Amino acid sequence: MSLVGFPHIWSKNSSLAFAQDGEIKVGVLFSLTGTTAIIEESLNKATLMAIEEINANGGINGLKITPVVEDPASDPATFAEKARKLVLSDRCVSVFGSYTSASRKAVLPVFEKQENLFWYPTLYEGRECSKNVIYTGAVPNQQQDDFIPWLVEKFGKRWYLIGSNYIYPKEENNYCKKLLEGLGAEVIAEEYVPLGHSEFSSVINKFRSEKPNVIFSTVVGDSVVALHRQYRAAGLDPATMPMASLTTSENEVAAMGGDAAAGHFTSAPYFMVFDSPENQRFVEAYRSRWGGDKVTHFVSESSYFQIHLFKQAVAKLAASDISPLAIREAVKSEEYKAPQGLVKVEPENLHCWLRPKIGQCKADGQFEILTQSADWLEPNPYSAYPNQKCTAEGLKEV
Amino acid sequence: MDFVVSQILTGLSLSSILLLVALGLAIIYGVTGVINLAHGEFVMLGAYCAWLLQVQFGWSLLASLAVIFLLIAALGWLIEVAVIRHLYDRPLDTILATWGLGVMTQQIVRLTAGGELRYVQMPPSLSGSVDILGATDSAYRLFVLAVALGLFLATWCIYRYTSFGLKLRAITQNRAIASSFGINSARAYRLTFAYGAGIAGLAGALISPLKSVSPEMGTTYVVDAFMVVVLGGVQSLVGTLASSAVLGETSGLLAYYSNDTIAKALVLVAIVIIIRFRPQGLFAPRVRA
Repeated sequence: MSLVGFPHIWSKNSSLAFAQDGEIKVGVLFSLTGTTAIIEESLNKATLMAIEEINANGGINGLKITPVVEDPASDPATFAEKARKLVLSDRCVSVFGSYTSASRKAVLPVFEKQENLFWYPTLYEGRECSKNVIYTGAVPNQQQDDFIPWLVEKFGKRWYLIGSNYIYPKEENNYCKKLLEGLGAEVIAEEYVPLGHSEFSSVINKFRSEKPNVIFSTVVGDSVVALHRQYRAAGLDPATMPMASLTTSENEVAAMGGDAAAGHFTSAPYFMVFDSPENQRFVEAYRSRWGGDKVTHFVSESSYFQIHLFKQAVAKLAASDISPLAIREAVKSEEYKAPQGLVKVEPENLHCWLRPKIGQCKADGQFEILTQSADWLEPNPYSAYPNQKCTAEGLKEV
Repeated sequence: MDFVVSQILTGLSLSSILLLVALGLAIIYGVTGVINLAHGEFVMLGAYCAWLLQVQFGWSLLASLAVIFLLIAALGWLIEVAVIRHLYDRPLDTILATWGLGVMTQQIVRLTAGGELRYVQMPPSLSGSVDILGATDSAYRLFVLAVALGLFLATWCIYRYTSFGLKLRAITQNRAIASSFGINSARAYRLTFAYGAGIAGLAGALISPLKSVSPEMGTTYVVDAFMVVVLGGVQSLVGTLASSAVLGETSGLLAYYSNDTIAKALVLVAIVIIIRFRPQGLFAPRVRA
């Protein structure tokens, strides 16, 4: 309604149409250099592979998807600058990208101001309610609702929370503490180490003296490799003091070695070993496209399936109607059979319904899926804040 | 009791890694006066060599240590010949040049070895843990401690008891006069730079099983190494040893009683205060006029 009186820039004027010359442009915004390039390269690869697949099968109603790939170099300011370029000068109809919360927060104003659409594949801490972002990764309630009670029952009630010192671990821990309180479990320590920290001997000393039943780790990046390798070198035993993580995927395990990761637990909507025909196809295609030693993981999987959701949404529109906001409306309640199973976009908050699984890592670097949640879990980005709710109209106090 | 022991061991382990990383820097800085900002990249290259030898040729870490030392020392020698020796009397230019070398090295590694994190397998004979006076510690960490002390001792002996060391000390005190007495200072500088680089490479190889190996890993170590050298006092090998020990034990204790974030901040604040009142460092034997 606030748009009344403003000539809308995305009018159906043919010279400004998003679908032109039989192609639609989309932006692909993952860091190919810098600190997080390690993981974002794999997201870039999964995204490009999905686009190639769709184009090879005739595109979307005959329209070819043209990816415009930019390298934001792991730097939030560059993310914002490249996002602006993709939206304004390349006139992309959507942009797929980013891994860290810092980079997502940096591009958000661009998409909100230009009424464009950003697709974010990473699991994240929630507490965000943007009408210009489609979130295809998990939020805290989806990864923790089954995981935490399962661990309490299996291992016990003394919990040690260790994380990297930034917003993601703190928000995950906020929700975790809420769940633990409800289960009558005790948080014996909550500790944060600097990002990039690689010396865990003091932390491991504390594990030894406190003897927690579960170590809930939200340590990320190269720190996670150091933590696991030093935990193992110290001779601690995952059978009695396992680390439980929401971020340790096949990708991190490949970086630390299966021996260091074996026995620890991760909750995620997707594992590479998940048995489904869609996943088999995905893994085979990924390896034949990018190399037989490559692993797929839960963020590369959502990078892949969000392109297919995009395709389904665009396919519902006439070529002349294609615009970021039309795509957003079209993708609401859209379902897709992803490698992880059926996913659906929640129309209220634009996050995805997912079906989380609990995996235990084995020495070969793959996970064994122990349980799977009985049903789809609704995404609730404000799970730790029960008096707030993200709706199609925006954030509401309830 | 076992708590005290395990806390001391933790601190010693932290100290040994600091000492390993700082030793090469201290030698180069102390003798040649070059502030080598590419030092972290020598550490990183050492770690990558360990990884490469393990993945490509199946060498265990212990077997490859000597080779890694020689490889990185040779590289240091080449860099000295190609770049550093032209810049000896231009301290600002050496900072810029070594920093540029560091950036280039990082990107070359990224382009050739890839950006993924790597790891090096711990030697199986050292992957267990050991009981010492009721405390448990990783056998590998004790091994690193022993190697660090051994390297320090070897360096100190070279410095103290060989004629080469005598020449080095003479050059350190006054290069011009040492040269006029017939000491080939250019050769001494070259060997010093190569030796310092080789030790940095060894440090990288030794810490690689405990940490992750990535093209950017050197950056954090160069900062740690400078802290040690600045606190200990340049030109003082014993100072480097002592300040590694102090920094390691302090940050271990602080991290135990609070957390690593606070420990890191407090240690930095302490260093800033100390160099405000003792700019020559804690253990500098004498200051050159």
